[in-house]
Amino acid sequence: MGEKMLMKGNEAIGEAAIRAGCRFYFGYPITPQSELTAYMAKKLLKMKDAAFVQAESEIAAISMVYGAAATGARAMTSSSGPGISLKQEGISYLACAELPCVIVNIQRGGPGLGSIQPGQADYFQATKGGGHGDYHLIVLAPSSVQELVDLTMDAFDLADKYTNPAMILGDGLIGQMMEAVEFKERKKIDLPDKEGWILTGCKGREKKYIVPFNLDPYEMEKINLKIQEKYKKIIEKEIRYEAINLDNADLIVVAYGTVARIVKTVIDNAKKEGINIGLIRPITLFPFPEKIIAETSEKINKVLVVEMSYGQMLEDVKLAANGKAEINFYGRAGGVVPTQFEILTEIKKYLT
Amino acid sequence: MKKVFGSPKSLTKVPFTYCPGCHHGIAHRLIAEVLDEFGVREKTVGVCPVGCSVFAYVFFDCDMICAAHGRAPAVATGMKRAKPDSIIFTYQGDGDLASIGTAEIVHTANRGENITVIFINNAIYGMTGGQMAPTTLIGQVTQTSPYGRDPKTMGYPIKVAEMLSTLKGVAYISRVALSKPAYILKAKKAIRKAFQSQIEGKGFSLVEILSTCPTNWGLSPIEANKWLEENMIPYYPLGEFKTPEEVS
Amino acid sequence: MLERIIISGFGGQGIMLMGRLLAYAGMLEGKNVAWMPSYGPEMRGGTANCTVLISSKEIGSPIVSHPKILIAMNQPSLDKFEPNVSENGLIILNDSLIEREVNRDDVSVIRIPADDIADKLGNSRAANMVVLGACVKKSKVVKMETIFKALEKTLAGRNQDLINLNKEALKQGAELVED
Repeated sequence: MGEKMLMKGNEAIGEAAIRAGCRFYFGYPITPQSELTAYMAKKLLKMKDAAFVQAESEIAAISMVYGAAATGARAMTSSSGPGISLKQEGISYLACAELPCVIVNIQRGGPGLGSIQPGQADYFQATKGGGHGDYHLIVLAPSSVQELVDLTMDAFDLADKYTNPAMILGDGLIGQMMEAVEFKERKKIDLPDKEGWILTGCKGREKKYIVPFNLDPYEMEKINLKIQEKYKKIIEKEIRYEAINLDNADLIVVAYGTVARIVKTVIDNAKKEGINIGLIRPITLFPFPEKIIAETSEKINKVLVVEMSYGQMLEDVKLAANGKAEINFYGRAGGVVPTQFEILTEIKKYLT
Repeated sequence: MKKVFGSPKSLTKVPFTYCPGCHHGIAHRLIAEVLDEFGVREKTVGVCPVGCSVFAYVFFDCDMICAAHGRAPAVATGMKRAKPDSIIFTYQGDGDLASIGTAEIVHTANRGENITVIFINNAIYGMTGGQMAPTTLIGQVTQTSPYGRDPKTMGYPIKVAEMLSTLKGVAYISRVALSKPAYILKAKKAIRKAFQSQIEGKGFSLVEILSTCPTNWGLSPIEANKWLEENMIPYYPLGEFKTPEEVS
Repeated sequence: MLERIIISGFGGQGIMLMGRLLAYAGMLEGKNVAWMPSYGPEMRGGTANCTVLISSKEIGSPIVSHPKILIAMNQPSLDKFEPNVSENGLIILNDSLIEREVNRDDVSVIRIPADDIADKLGNSRAANMVVLGACVKKSKVVKMETIFKALEKTLAGRNQDLINLNKEALKQGAELVED
């Protein structure tokens, strides 16, 4: 419905969050996502019933999100690799307490302080828990600025629907890039009522509490089983992916985010050379689109996983294929983005 | 017959599980009485820490949330910002507030967040079994200062009330003790002032409560009270360090 | 069609704005566009560059290794990107700051004395618009009217004199090249 706007990825996330009803942002500056923090400051500090706090640390920021989320508010924080590592403590608490929120990771090259150029090496951290304990985030991986907008809005809904933290796993390239975006009018969806668990004072009811612990192991196991049940539902209902050119492909590439865009260019160029490449682009990294990968890889047999890491999503692709297909890998990391030429050269290796 | 004494509404009927002679129970009761007196129980959320008082959520009859170790002031910030009309207090020990949560308490105070912090200083780690706290006194023997706290390698006991009272964002700070009835009455007044300061929107308030840990100090409850008065009070003087400035 | 443009110069020459105007204009003309800045410490002084893609189809890789058009606002930019320009490509350079000849003989070259013209217009900071005007006229990646529209949208709320000055600079740049 809305008119098209030219927006930087990081700012588009901010605008999408605000349009999704997020009024509370807590964060700490870090490249390459600082424009998002600045955007939230610019907007939220001028809004009623809203707050922006530049926290003293990433650890404090995620704990502020935890507090705001406990009151039922839509809250968000954002960072990049080193800052996301610091947030893991709070993320584990949020997952255990089953509090909804959105966490944005605009990935950069790691490990350590790493670089400030794009990376995808936080995949394990995002999809396998990241902090202590058995838990999962709902992880969404946009590959364009428009998708950053749409998935940010979806992330708030999914977080509320499953009372679970959701993560936007982007990278420095789409965070910094400007593209045309449209803020489409969204269908109203029914979300569960928060009244049952929010903490706003016990007027007219019994007191409630949110305590992400239980020293009785059998009780703590029950908490675990409850969230595991929830993950099963998420896996059943929320898998999303984009599939291109899967029929009659000579080889299937599995890639997400920025890398998947580059692969789309590779597909076009390969076609000119008579090579048929298919692409499976997971949009949800948790839940992971295992079934389509299993079916396609068994049929095509040649699979190349491309990442800006040394093979993290690769492990999930291998688990999905379960030994029934040849799974190959190409990766660049540390902030280096693989080029279309490199990827095509790599593909040709497996087609002789 | 006229009822002259009863349990505050802001406490549940669950008996305290704290060790004999521990001051947590008295501190809980004083907070509960103040919440009752201000009539704010139904709009209060308490933030409990990691440490012995992680179980505070069981004893307070108001909404409660448990924060990660040291992060209670940040959690309180998020709650108060999202619901400015609610009354938010944190209840934190010395390891929680003055060690792992130093950044959070300093910056929450510095932002002048309109919350109330109850800081229990018993100069030792209770729940983990008697290790050195940032507030452990010089020479004091603990599991991790077995030859006594040596300032050359372990630093000096942190005076939290004094340190935070230098910050402009702070409205009210006092230090009290609970080792005898006269002190308890003063402590109650201080807690009242702290919550009043929050209710009136004046900004950050903190009451540091010198408390005993007979179990980990290896003393009887009576000896512990005596030890507190003879050793802690001389180093951690009681009194108000900052009171709300009058609105000009 | 897929236009691949790299714009490069010193920080402070308005490199990012040139790219944003092209992308904005492309969007206004209903095309798919992407704008990518170089980011990081080099933003604060030193060289700055950005990439613009304008396409009738979905834009895949936003990374341009071989631009069809290079706008070089200073000598280091020409040195860095000249070898990468695709065959039959176009190099537009700021003649006021670049003395050397272009080494390639398989590309078209246009030299624009951008700083000199901007100085005559009374604002040396309009040099970027002079070059952009020449680029738009020569390459036709977007229409000049659309660049004007993009300029008005981008600088909305700013001084109208500034917008007029930029428009004049765009026009003067365009006049230096033939259709």
